[in-house]
Amino acid sequence: MVVSRVLGVALRQYYLIRGSLTRIIPLFVWVAIDIVLWGFITQYLNSFTGQRSNFVPMILGAVLLWGFLVRVMQGTTMAFMEDSWSRNFLNLFATPMTITEYVTGLVLASIASSMVGLFVMFALAVTVFGLSFFAYGMLIIPFLLVLFLFGIAIGIFGCALMLRLGPSAEWFVWPIPALLSPFACVFYPLSTLPVWMQYVSFLIPPTYVFEGLRAIVAGQPVADGTLLWGIGLAVLYILLACWFFTRVYRHAVRTGLIARYSAESAS
Amino acid sequence: MSSVLSVSDLRKAYRSTVAVDGISFSVGIGEIVGLLGPNGAGKTTTINMILSVLSPTSGAITIDGINTATHRTRALERTNFSAVYAPLPGNMTVAENLRFFGMLYAVKDLSKRIDVLIAQFDLERFRNTKCGVLSSGEQTRACLAKAMLNQPTLLLLDEPTASLDPSKAQEIREIVRKLATQHRCGILWTSHNMYEVESVCDRVLFMSKGKILLEGNPRTLPQEYGKETLEELFITVAREPLTLEENHGR
Repeated sequence: MVVSRVLGVALRQYYLIRGSLTRIIPLFVWVAIDIVLWGFITQYLNSFTGQRSNFVPMILGAVLLWGFLVRVMQGTTMAFMEDSWSRNFLNLFATPMTITEYVTGLVLASIASSMVGLFVMFALAVTVFGLSFFAYGMLIIPFLLVLFLFGIAIGIFGCALMLRLGPSAEWFVWPIPALLSPFACVFYPLSTLPVWMQYVSFLIPPTYVFEGLRAIVAGQPVADGTLLWGIGLAVLYILLACWFFTRVYRHAVRTGLIARYSAESAS
Repeated sequence: MSSVLSVSDLRKAYRSTVAVDGISFSVGIGEIVGLLGPNGAGKTTTINMILSVLSPTSGAITIDGINTATHRTRALERTNFSAVYAPLPGNMTVAENLRFFGMLYAVKDLSKRIDVLIAQFDLERFRNTKCGVLSSGEQTRACLAKAMLNQPTLLLLDEPTASLDPSKAQEIREIVRKLATQHRCGILWTSHNMYEVESVCDRVLFMSKGKILLEGNPRTLPQEYGKETLEELFITVAREPLTLEENHGR
């Protein structure tokens, strides 16, 4: 892997973001609005329960962690969409860059952009609504790791979907997190779901994060194995997403899709 | 003459439609080869296969002796291209685009190389201008600067002067000629401007319906086929390829 190629892909995103308010604002505004909205909802809920229970670490923490996953996924897909919107695929794929280097560059761009969102969410949740991350202890690290890895996996999957189906397929990509959220048990315990949905939830890594988060808030232990299982699943999904992207790329090279991408001839 | 590009029995078919039909040719070191033919002849398909953005149905392509099918990255490190249908991203400046692509081609001493190319293609005024607001001629020059970033052994130019005024087109032709003679770069050039082809190309290949019908010196080829000019020969290739195919077969 040639580092300059990976950095080049990420640098392009930096060039695009630094001079564009329309790209800077979405990095943090929507997640900030989510935190504010859910922050007040949790305060309202707390007013009913008094000292008996605190919804902030459970609900606001879940909103923050889910927002992080969405930002990671969108960071990857947005970097890809920029190449789609500027019809840059021919220039890009005619360079010596490998698919691994390109995808790694997209991930690097996503790390940088999602960190902005994460920082703003942290700052708001802690300073305005009194969310304390000490409540989660060191488990916050594997929580974030699982969500980061799974965000990357669905981001790469989304990019492959757009490469296969053409630019308009971005409308399939944006709702992916919303589609997964009922199964990921962001706001309710796994046991709330019907049995068939629980089977699906077991296959979704964030489920283990949110189950773990609720266990900590309830003062119960989190089994090490569950989070390791979540990490393992997320890594597996990254590998599957990379395999899918490579397959789609090979199909695009075989059919000439890259050279006439905007024609959406595959759809 | 040893070749920087060797295309052997190259074929591309989409189900029953054959876009490129078993063509073979080469481009030598320092040679400028014109790839000519009417729209739909298979020129762009051929260029896309050389650039590895389209895989051939059969046949082989080697760049500088490196097979593109088995060593894509190494082959493309020695190649670059400029095409009217592949402009640089319009939302980045000329300098940003050159840096971005320079990093993808892993160009050494990139800042210096960018300065040289910006001066060479008269882009100093536009260094910090977004490519999307440049005139088509300026965009073409920016694309050509990108194409020279890695000092390619093989340069593919698809109608590089199509949107340039005669003066700028002349300058570009001189630069490209210099590249071929001084840097020993092999160039595959497509154009519909027969005057330009005659003045720039050492050799031309006429394509029609996916096949190479004629090959030769652009200054003597028309007379060999009883035509006055290269343009007249082009029109015959476009309208009556069969008559030439019969002559070619004899």
